[in-house]
Amino acid sequence: MTAVGERLLRREDAPILAGESRYVDDLDIPGALHVTLVRSPHAHARINSIDTAPAMAMPGVVAVYTGADLEGAFAGPLPCAWPVTPDMKNPPHYPLARTKAAYVGDAVAAVVAQTRTEAQDAAGEVVVDYEVLPAVIDLEDALSDRVVIHDDLGTNASYTWALPEPEGLDEVFAGAAHVVKERYIQQRLIPMAMEPRGVCVVPSPAGGTFTVYSATQVPHILKIMLALTMGVSEAKIRVIAPAVGGGFGSKLNVYAEEALCFALAAKLRKPVRWTEERSEGAYSTIQGRGQIQDIELAADESGKLKAIRVRLIGDMGAYLQLVAPGIPLLGAFLYHGVYHADAYSFSCTSVFTTMTPTDAYRGAGRPEATYAIERAMDTLARQVGVDPAEIRRRNYIAPFVFPDYTSPAGLAFDSGNYEGSLDKALDLVDYDGLRKQQSERRGEGSSKHLGIGLSTYVEMCGLAPSRVLGALSFGSGGWESATVRMQPTGKVELVTGTTPHGQAHETCWSQIVGDRLGIAPDDVEVLHSDTAISPHGLDTYGSRSLAVGGTAAALAADKVVAKARTIAAHQLEAAEDDLEFSGGVFTVKGSPDKTLPIQAVAFGAFTGHNLPDGLEPTLAASATFDPPNFVFPFGTHVCVVEVDEETGAVDVLKYVAVDDCGNQINPMVVEGQIHGGITQGLAQALFEEAAYDSDGNLMSATLADYLVPSAAELPNFQLGSTCTPSPTNVLGVKGIGEAGTIASTPAVINAIVDALAPLGVMDVAMPASPQRVWQTIQTAKGEAR
Amino acid sequence: MRVSMTVNGQTGDHDVEPRLLLVFYLREVLGLTGTKIGCDTTSCGACTVLLDGESVKSCTMFAVQADGADIKTIEGLATNGTLHPMQQAFHENHGLQCGFCTAGMVMAAVSLLEEQPNPSEADVREGLEGNLCRCTGYHNIVKAVLAASGTPS
Repeated sequence: MTAVGERLLRREDAPILAGESRYVDDLDIPGALHVTLVRSPHAHARINSIDTAPAMAMPGVVAVYTGADLEGAFAGPLPCAWPVTPDMKNPPHYPLARTKAAYVGDAVAAVVAQTRTEAQDAAGEVVVDYEVLPAVIDLEDALSDRVVIHDDLGTNASYTWALPEPEGLDEVFAGAAHVVKERYIQQRLIPMAMEPRGVCVVPSPAGGTFTVYSATQVPHILKIMLALTMGVSEAKIRVIAPAVGGGFGSKLNVYAEEALCFALAAKLRKPVRWTEERSEGAYSTIQGRGQIQDIELAADESGKLKAIRVRLIGDMGAYLQLVAPGIPLLGAFLYHGVYHADAYSFSCTSVFTTMTPTDAYRGAGRPEATYAIERAMDTLARQVGVDPAEIRRRNYIAPFVFPDYTSPAGLAFDSGNYEGSLDKALDLVDYDGLRKQQSERRGEGSSKHLGIGLSTYVEMCGLAPSRVLGALSFGSGGWESATVRMQPTGKVELVTGTTPHGQAHETCWSQIVGDRLGIAPDDVEVLHSDTAISPHGLDTYGSRSLAVGGTAAALAADKVVAKARTIAAHQLEAAEDDLEFSGGVFTVKGSPDKTLPIQAVAFGAFTGHNLPDGLEPTLAASATFDPPNFVFPFGTHVCVVEVDEETGAVDVLKYVAVDDCGNQINPMVVEGQIHGGITQGLAQALFEEAAYDSDGNLMSATLADYLVPSAAELPNFQLGSTCTPSPTNVLGVKGIGEAGTIASTPAVINAIVDALAPLGVMDVAMPASPQRVWQTIQTAKGEAR
Repeated sequence: MRVSMTVNGQTGDHDVEPRLLLVFYLREVLGLTGTKIGCDTTSCGACTVLLDGESVKSCTMFAVQADGADIKTIEGLATNGTLHPMQQAFHENHGLQCGFCTAGMVMAAVSLLEEQPNPSEADVREGLEGNLCRCTGYHNIVKAVLAASGTPS
């Protein structure tokens, strides 16, 4: 009986359901002072002066600081760890702006008070004299340098990054039977993890140490970065991510408030805490997406792709956050999707704007790439005059297992069977039946148009091979670490460097390690998210945790079994090769009565009474896994919509997803990730947008304006799966955290365009709100007249 | 101002500022941090509790408005360590991931079944409209509520 592959219920649930789990704002920290930030109401403004005296006079106020007051408090600016080009422009970014505010929400002063409400009340009394400057909202306008945001840089362009240009590309396009040329806009999105961010820094002034509690996905990275930013030894810093309420990339960062609370705790020698308010977070937490995408396809008469050319403009916002410059690069290798083309060209220029900084948001670069190619393939299908499923079949990369396939962008994909996934999805959704219904409805002249949208995707995740990250100038490796300690009683502690915040690592890692040790998952306790308990790790993002961290856990368990085998052989007086290990018991081959359970070995290793000469006591081992390659999950999503021509309302009637993430450790958890992933991608298609006015004001800064969908807006999802194990790790697994989001957005928009194509609609901007869809229909009808 | 209320079966009274929201009373005065704060516009429902048996968003009323009320929070839902059927249904149907919306979602679902013991899937979706979850896509939450009601999904 193995636990891997079972739908084991989550051990994480009980404390959450009982209301016991403690998120940062739930922690009772005696004597903690509260910080409220004074934030710029202007998108772009020079700070002439700040009068803190009225705020200082308010009840409970301990201190008020401006950027100038804290100039000596930091060893360096907030970090950007991904300098994608040697000449990338990166303006200094400090927790409090010093001379200029560069977006609405840029913090300019910090009020510290005894209570939260006293800090909030006093923040309203800080008087800031601004000289308002023009906002820069449009990406092409930003590139024109009409208004330069960071004076010292002299330009708004941060970098241009490109893959080597193939020769003769223009000729391929000139000679192509079909050319598709499209521009897509990836609107800005607000991640809106349900738990707002929060941080509390507890100093030990006498000991010179700091304990940082933060709502973060990356306690290990945060520790290193705080050491550098604050000029404090890593050994003096402990970072704890307690229960964390979702991240989706938004908590993969090193934020102004984290460094600020650290600086204030050091200065005031007291615990200092800050909890984000939701509407504040709309400005102060990174946003996602924000790209202009120009994509061109060249194809022959039959629609077979010859070349793909992509030009991006990436919106970095006002400053470069931790990994922001690299986000477009994570998509750069995937604009050909699941199709082959001999010639492939990609270039991205990223610019500063006077808006909230962007960075990784679920999928990070890959949803954008998938959207562009999947939309463009539908356009190509219409040009060629074939069904969207058929155009895909004509272009699929054939089924393969590494090292059979090298992608147009030069990646060695691990394994794939793209057409197999399409077949299964079309079957599940009854594609032929739907097309028949659609044609009947069109024949009847119904104003409720049926649309069927396909999205067949591949993505690269499991970040990442360290050498590849080095080649891409990323400031870190991509390995993950684990330690398995078998205790004297035979119970196990697994220490993982991953940092779960909803992904059920405790349950799933216990399934992996339990199986390898031949013990029950319940006997494996999983420890994580505290740098003092789990000293080595690179945390959770980029669908890496299972493929890299889960593999590390498996390898550490294998090392424990290897050491146990040595001890067991000694104690059973047999050669190691003569031992079988099954169900947690070592047995001498041919002598079924000579057995030793691994728990007994653990006790023997603890007492050390009878170990082979030279063998260290205790039964524990660590492993660090640096993956040899990314993993490449794939699948097919089909969305069926009804679009009301009269109102523009889009109703999602059916959603089928067939995903392939290789072997599944816990299918229940996999499905949960897919459900949530689909929903976030669908929300980009239909509901969500960080909309700015021309003055740079965020018009959707509250959850009343920013439309995170509720249960009422969504259908049930019908899931299927195929299984093509990855040959790059011992578990045969691929990532699944982001796949749903990567796949779903183009499936929804393709469905809407498919529904409205007879009216002449070829594109609809996101989010496809009823008003926007209705307007698009009117425009198309006008043009048709 | 002096307020008195019964929370999870225990009656107590405290002096509070008139502007203190009920959710802060529960979290900071009583230390019942199972109830969460997810927004500032009464949109997310993470702070949902039962007030005299009906679900309310505790960020949208002052503590003084709850004077004399009988409040139940997530901490008071289980009986002697046995999960309430709704908590159990969320567990068995993987209706939670990060857990931040869970307290509010469970309380809203308990209230929903009080009003509609045999809801359809559409009823559940409409009934939970005021509670946002960013992780689950609601699929398994809806399944859990239907399971708790005994309605086949």
